[in-house]
Order: sequence, then structure tokens, then C-alpha cells
Amino acid sequence: MSEQSLLTTSDLSMRFGGVVAVDQVNFAVKTGELRCLIGPNGAGKSTFFKCLTGQLKPTAGSVLFAGQELSGQTTHDIVRLGIGIKTQVPNLFDGLAARENIALSARRSNNQKRSEEITDEILELIAITGLANREVGHLAHGERQLVELAMVLAGRPRLVLLDEPAAGMTADERDRLAEVLRQLAGDMSLIVVEHDMQFIRDIATEITVLHRGRVFIEGDVAAIMAHAEVQEIYLGKEANGAA
Amino acid sequence: MLRNIHKDWLGAGFVAVLGLAILIFVPVYFDLFEVLQMTKYVVLALFVLSLAYIWGFGGILSFGQAGFFGLGGYVFAVSAINMGQTTIPFLIAIALCVLFAGALGYFMFYGRLNDVYLGVVTLVVTLILYKLINHTAGPEYIIGTARLGGFNGIPSIPIMTLPWQPDQEMEPAQMFQYFMAILIAVYVLLHVLIKSKFGRVAISIRENEVRTSLLGYDVRLYKLCIFMIGGAIGGAAGAMWASYQTFVDPNIFSLEWSAKCLIWVIAGGVGTLIGPIIGVIALEYLSFQLGQTDFINNLIVLGTILILVVLLMPKGLFPTFRDIFLKLWRRRGGQGDGERPG
Repeated sequence: MSEQSLLTTSDLSMRFGGVVAVDQVNFAVKTGELRCLIGPNGAGKSTFFKCLTGQLKPTAGSVLFAGQELSGQTTHDIVRLGIGIKTQVPNLFDGLAARENIALSARRSNNQKRSEEITDEILELIAITGLANREVGHLAHGERQLVELAMVLAGRPRLVLLDEPAAGMTADERDRLAEVLRQLAGDMSLIVVEHDMQFIRDIATEITVLHRGRVFIEGDVAAIMAHAEVQEIYLGKEANGAA
Repeated sequence: MLRNIHKDWLGAGFVAVLGLAILIFVPVYFDLFEVLQMTKYVVLALFVLSLAYIWGFGGILSFGQAGFFGLGGYVFAVSAINMGQTTIPFLIAIALCVLFAGALGYFMFYGRLNDVYLGVVTLVVTLILYKLINHTAGPEYIIGTARLGGFNGIPSIPIMTLPWQPDQEMEPAQMFQYFMAILIAVYVLLHVLIKSKFGRVAISIRENEVRTSLLGYDVRLYKLCIFMIGGAIGGAAGAMWASYQTFVDPNIFSLEWSAKCLIWVIAGGVGTLIGPIIGVIALEYLSFQLGQTDFINNLIVLGTILILVVLLMPKGLFPTFRDIFLKLWRRRGGQGDGERPG
């Protein structure tokens, strides 16, 4: 693995009884890199994310983040080290306004005034200032995705895990999200799980393909898109045509 | 639901001022019997606040809040009998309940117990205490000069004295005012706590524990602190109850007390502080009035009322009437819904 790697997993495995959801995954992300993680349903992408954030305790292997071993650490400790996650189904405080959701995240390590400033910055960055005072329980799915991303960013993470961030978004929202992610890359590392191949083309340079819990192939977008097995097995004929 | 927590300070201030008015004027305008009756409501209101806080603002549903109530009562009784004064025993009772809550909570929260399991553990621990104290009738169960008395309980518990007048027992009116002052102070402190960063995180744990943890907050530690605060309030109420009654017996740990506490909170409204206080006063007053009649069993009437409240007003009495009032007010003022003021 590269010396610049911010996150490195070595033989990371997660078993549920006889089912191996993550199988000896060796994976690395550099500081400032934007990596896409693709694979069919059941490939182990979300389980992999949960292993990284401590929501699941891996049955084998190790996770090294910024030189620290994460195995055995609690979720909140891992988050405090600098890993943020936007979950597949937006995980928000529905009774609070968008601003309050974001401020709650910023408030963890900042005083009231500073957390309000961070909240304003993030609202502007994601371009959701108009949603600031709306209760998130009343928002559309795509808007909720954006609020959750804002909430994660307000914690000032060094690595952000995004599980299907573009799902349920309008074309405008998706374009805006792609622009934001490109903008964030460099300042922080991003791992994006996504099924929308057009969106992946918009944001990624490097792709890792997971299949049956294992890393099937890694490479740049053009190489992966052109890979015959990836097209047929994971992306399907439609993607082949679109590519 | 969280919207309901955004009560402005005006509401809390109004409740505090109302409480102060009651504190001042009740002993003036009511007779001794009524003052004693209201003192009972004040103690029970403090007891119900312990569950109203941990359940309504921390998401911890304890089926054994009577455990702290009883423990506070017994610790106060034993300490007061031995020490011949009441101020330090009152503080000891609170401190021991905090420690007990800390020990129990540590195993529950750091052991990742949640939902119904948490309820079962709290209930079982309380029933163990009930059984334990019930079996202390023999003369060998004596702490200093205080016999635990088993199922007979501990009689002749000292009436509380004012901290600055340790030699003079409180008169009923003084006791009412002292207890009322404690209730107001706890209510205001809880309100401040709920509005603080700690309170916001506690509410976020209740709403979405996973997300709170994913924001980097140590959910276990927060829940432990919330539980200990609840234990402190329950213990204080127990000590006040023991002093008010000058007697305490193992029934204080019984399922009936834990169940009644839950019922008061449900009837008054989970997620509010004033709702459960209204709930306990309304239901206890009704129970008292029905107890004076002999044509109907008051438990049947109370049970029916509870079922009706749950079916017709699932949010509880206070939130339901507040929402009706706010709806009428908004309609009159033409305010929209779904938008929060900045």
C-alpha cells in the first residue's frame, strides 16, 4: 500500500454465520482521493462501510486510518478520528430543521458561535440554504440526502463515506452534488458507493469493483468501463451501451 | 415530536412563576389537611419528573423507577435515624441513588441493552430490592440504631428540618413550601439542561441513536449520565416521601409504584416536563376523590381513564391540549406549517 494512504484495509473480512459478506478485502485510499466503489446488490459495499465505521466488528483483518488501527474502536471514537458516513437511507433527526441537524454535528467539537458559522458555510457549500429552516421530516428524498451530506461535512471529517448519495435526486441536485464532491476531493478523501454510472463518470477517476465481498478489480474509470466482465456481470448491457 | 421540545423560555418561566405563586399562597388560603394533601402531590410530581426526564428527553424507558424512589426513602430513613438530623441524610440518599444508577446504568448501557431488555432489567432489579427488603424483618437486620423492619417497614422517620434550622422540624406549611421550592428548582434545572448542548444530544439519542453515534457522540456515556440524573431525582423524591410519611415499607419498591409512575407520564404526555406533573396531580386527585366513595372501585375508573387517554389522546393530556391551542392560535394568526422560524 502507498505511504500516502489515509485508509488501508488488510484482509478485512466480515462473516454472518456461514455468509461471507466481506471477504479478505485489501483496499487503500490516498489522502484527498475520490474513489468510487461499485458492485451489484449484495456485493458487500454497505457492510464494508459498516466495518470501517465500527458499526460492525470485522471477524478478521485490520483497518488502518491515518496510522491508527480502527479494529476494536467504538463508532464514536472512529468518527472523532475523522471518518464520516452518509448512510444509504438518509439517517437524520426528522423533527429538527435542516440547520439544527447540521449544527448538532458541528457542535460536537465547537462552541455555539463557531458551530453556527460552520453550519452557514456548509449550507452555502451544498447550496441548501433555502432548506435551512425546513423540518427534514418534510423534505424530499434527494433533499434529505443533501442535508445528511451537509451534516457529515459539518463534523470536519478527513474521510467521507457516501453510500448511494445520488439516489432519489433530481438531475439538478445530482449535478450540484457531483460538483460539490469534486470540490471536496483534495481537501478530504471520499469513498462513494453508487449505481448511477453517469454520476460515477462525472466524479471519479478511480473505481474499485466489489463482487461477492471481494475486490474484483481496481482501475481508472475508462479501464473499468471498458472491462468486458465488469460490463456484463456488474454494469449490465445498458451501461455497456451508455459507455 | 422534537418540535414539541422547542418550548420557549416563556413557557418554563410561566410554570416557575405559577409554582412560586402556589408556594406562597397555598399555605395561606388552604387548611392543614389540604396542604398535607398537596405536599403529597408535590413529592409525587418530583418522582414523576425523574421518569419524565429520562424517558421523554433521553429515550430511556425504565420500568423500575420505583427502585430509586424506594432506595432514596430507605437510605434517608436509616441515615436520619442514625444521625439525628435530615439535611445530610437527604444528600446521602441522593448520592447513593446516583451511585446505584451509575452502577446499574453502566452494565445496561455499556452492555448495549436497549428497548424492552432495558425495561425488563430495571423492573427486575426493583423487584429484587422489594424482595430483599421484605426479608429484613429479623432483629439482625439493623444499621446503627435503625432496624430495617422487613415487611413492617421503618416507622418514626424524622420529619425534615430546614438546613439552617437543624433543631426544628418543619411545620406542614413549611414542608410544603420547602418541597415545592425543590420541585421548582428541579423543573427549572431540567429545563436548562434540556436546552443545553447535553440536552440536545440527549434528545438526538432518543430520536436516532445510530446517527448520534455516527456524529461522534458517546451515546453510552450520555445515556448513563441521563439515567444517573433520573436516579438522583427519584432518590430525592423517595427521601422526601419517607420524611413526609414518617414511615417507609417495602411496598415503595413494588410494581404498583413503578407502574403508576409510567401511567402518570403517559397520561400527562411523554416528551414534556409539565405534562407528567399535571398527570400525577389529576390522577391522584381523582383517585383520592373516588377513594372517598364506596359505590365504585377507583382502580376500575382509573384504568378506564388511562385506556381512554391512550386511545383518544396518544400524546397525553398536556401535548394534546397544547396542540389544539397552538392550532387555533396559528389559524387565527394565519401562520404556515412546516417552516421553522430561524
